[in-house]
Amino acid sequence: MRLVVVGHGPAAHRLIETLAGRGFSGTVTVFGEEPRPAYDRVALTSYLSGKSVEDLTYPVPDGVTVRTGVRVTAIDRARRVVTTDAGDSEPYDVLVLATGSAPFVPPVPGRDLPGCFVYRTIDDLDAIREASRGARAGVVVGGGLLGLEAADALRGLGLDTHVIEMSGRLMPRQVDEGGGSVLRGHIEALGLTIHTDAGVRSIEAGQDGRVASLVKPDGETIGAQVVVFSAGIRPRDELARDCGLEVGERGGVVVDEGMRTSDERVYAIGECALAGGVVYGLVGPCNTQAEVAAERIMDGDASFTGADMSTKLKLLGVEVAQFGAMSGALDVTYMDPVGGVYKRLFISDDAKTLLGGVCVGDAAPYDALRPFVGRPLPGAPSDLLFAGAGGASAELPDDAQVCSCNNVTKGRICAAIADKGLTDVGGIKDCTRAGTTCGSCVPMLKQLLVKSGVDVGKALCEHFSHSRAELFDIVNVRGITTFSQLIAEHGTGRGCDICKPVVASILASLGRGHILDGEQAALQDTNDQFLANIQKNGTYSVVPRIPGGEITPDKLIVIGEVARDFGLYTKITGAQRIDLLGARVEQLPAIWRRLVDAGFESGHAYGKALRTVKSCVGSTWCRYGVQDSVGMAIALELRYRGLRSPHKLKSAVSGCARECAEARSKDFGIIATEQGWNLYVGGNGGFKPRHADLLASDLSTDDLVRTIDRFLMFYIRTADRLQRTAAWLENLDGGLDYLREVIMEDSLGICAELDAQMERHVSTYADEWRTTIEDPDKLRRFVSFVNAPGVPDPSISFETERDQIKPVLIPLEVTR
Amino acid sequence: MTVLDATPALAGHWTPVCAYTDLLPERGAAVLVGDRQVAVFRAFDGALYALGNLDPFSGAQVMSRGIVGTRNGEPTVASPMHKQVFSLISGVCVDNPRVAVPTYPIRVTDGTVEVSVA
Repeated sequence: MRLVVVGHGPAAHRLIETLAGRGFSGTVTVFGEEPRPAYDRVALTSYLSGKSVEDLTYPVPDGVTVRTGVRVTAIDRARRVVTTDAGDSEPYDVLVLATGSAPFVPPVPGRDLPGCFVYRTIDDLDAIREASRGARAGVVVGGGLLGLEAADALRGLGLDTHVIEMSGRLMPRQVDEGGGSVLRGHIEALGLTIHTDAGVRSIEAGQDGRVASLVKPDGETIGAQVVVFSAGIRPRDELARDCGLEVGERGGVVVDEGMRTSDERVYAIGECALAGGVVYGLVGPCNTQAEVAAERIMDGDASFTGADMSTKLKLLGVEVAQFGAMSGALDVTYMDPVGGVYKRLFISDDAKTLLGGVCVGDAAPYDALRPFVGRPLPGAPSDLLFAGAGGASAELPDDAQVCSCNNVTKGRICAAIADKGLTDVGGIKDCTRAGTTCGSCVPMLKQLLVKSGVDVGKALCEHFSHSRAELFDIVNVRGITTFSQLIAEHGTGRGCDICKPVVASILASLGRGHILDGEQAALQDTNDQFLANIQKNGTYSVVPRIPGGEITPDKLIVIGEVARDFGLYTKITGAQRIDLLGARVEQLPAIWRRLVDAGFESGHAYGKALRTVKSCVGSTWCRYGVQDSVGMAIALELRYRGLRSPHKLKSAVSGCARECAEARSKDFGIIATEQGWNLYVGGNGGFKPRHADLLASDLSTDDLVRTIDRFLMFYIRTADRLQRTAAWLENLDGGLDYLREVIMEDSLGICAELDAQMERHVSTYADEWRTTIEDPDKLRRFVSFVNAPGVPDPSISFETERDQIKPVLIPLEVTR
Repeated sequence: MTVLDATPALAGHWTPVCAYTDLLPERGAAVLVGDRQVAVFRAFDGALYALGNLDPFSGAQVMSRGIVGTRNGEPTVASPMHKQVFSLISGVCVDNPRVAVPTYPIRVTDGTVEVSVA
């Protein structure tokens, strides 16, 4: 079968992905008019705040031909061929229209002037960003969901932002009047100007021919250089119209329950389709339509019979949620104009059935109550408004929808947990797709795991029933200084290779003494015990700190001489320093004596600790650099050196947007801007690469340092054992927004404590190697044999490869 | 089970290896007895254990550098290379009972630790 798909947006992507997942054997050709493959349009605004096109782009399944930048111009249904603006044609057996929609631009004078935009594609965003340079003010026409998102984008681009909404309130489809007024209060507090019951009479040009102002029907003139139209969408049904397919009176390709048009060989899905008289503009229903069409194409019998239009989102930092009906015989309302919270539930006339609800400022009831729409109330209405039916999911019926983006019911999730033995949210995502789109149901997925009897793995090991974060709090709050005290009071047994290094790390993070002092010495993994990295033959590597990767010729020579004199293998690391390999334990103190005397310090390459802050050469030398990235990297590396953490920490500073230091692959990365520094967090290279997320832009040096201080300390306090910042951030309930609230707005009231903890670290730092070689007690442990201190381990031997040493390994015969 | 070191551990010939106070609580140390490497451990309660120092999984002489702890109350050491856990009493690998390291008799005489390897 030859399948042709017209349009390559999220719905088309879901279609081809579903087909690929079910083993579709025909050929698939997709035409997309945009110059790039399908991307996540829901996350479009994040493109302006630092996400790259690659971050947003969906992968194309194997075997699918995608032709980007090619528009289909006509469909010949009799010959079953589409023709394109590239001048060629493509035959089909089955055709799917996924042409999406176009933003509606009201016919006002001046709407075509340079400076007028719509908000739909990456190209639109590039154009808006370009036009915003040097602009002072912007107007968004339309105060719905997308309009407010566009307003958020303009605000983020530094424009004085106005929103014009025709109706009497913002987001008229999602909130009622009371919710609208609370929402308006939030948004005005951010400095945006809201005009409701307003329209556009005309858009006026300045002398340069570009947009200069917008005139409202009442004559008021708003000075603005950028205008974005976001006043609704119109289905792209022109191809269907031209080839005689049935379309709705107000647009949209008419489809049946199987997403089939009036031609049985042609399907339509997504925002171009008119299903049951409705054009759906939300990602959830469009995905379902794509899956139904895929099923039907493969001779299945799935149906699309309408969709839950419930929405929960966070716009401009305000939570907004709506589910079920927006009216009812009875209602219960809570309104706090000062705190900016509005919650209203609609109930049947007998006060027994939940009909729907609206929340602004606190969407907590949404997750718990949405599945109860049309069902008996799970509690007293006033309790539900506050407790959000706490734990109500236990009583949820199996057919209640938990993930509305992907149409997954509680029953399906619980069955997957039981049948496949799932133990974490990741497993549920893989098996059911629940939680993979907007993520708002993830807390509910966790609850379902717990209620299915899954131990979600909080216990660190058999000796502690606590998580690492809980142990951190216990040690911190109770002032515990030894492992023995902690395990006697809060654990069982004598610990193991899992909990001992964790507790050692917590004690070190909280500045409770040298890591080899007293009992702490017995907690350390061999790397921390010998302050070096064990290698496969039992020797160790030595990595002196080279802050920012900057080193004098004299120091380079010392490293070379030490390597030569001790016969070590040398290699430049990926983190701009030098690894010296092949040292036996008894050589380590002598090697470090030489290095410390030359001014070197421990590089902590052996520790779950800050490794390096890498840098590009920066504005001192580079003709493109805008800030001194080397100086910043050195300052940061010296500030955080020795900081113990749940896993290793890597960082980098780039002196301009060319990003030569690869800062976005680091736990915290800094990229210089003309105005200051952009801070990215949660990046990772390694096994599962992840680009770091932009946490804050254009920070001053002081603000940058303070924000990193708090980010690191909050991570150290709350992360699991061996959880890098990337996984920590992805698992953090509330994600990046929550992180911002905690460390930039101090929503938990802990910033003073985080600051104090970092200050203590900085002021008490001492080089571990210097204190070790100055302490005879510690030095006594650096022997291969306690009964023959001068004797090297005879099992260690080397051969030569490329003029350097290489370990000779003893062949092993082990039955496994 | 594969026994990597087939020499029977006969009690009777004791070799002094170090002072008891040379050993740190819950830490091991390697000793050389002839050309045999032995890992000796001092547990939290003061008890001593001796195992072969060779990690059978990596082939490196490193068992003495592992973290000492307990599994279900039994004293253990975890190989520092890939973290397989061995019983300090039997030498059997808890994670893979088909693998074991040899164990040796160990005692303290007048504050001196002695092991018997043959």
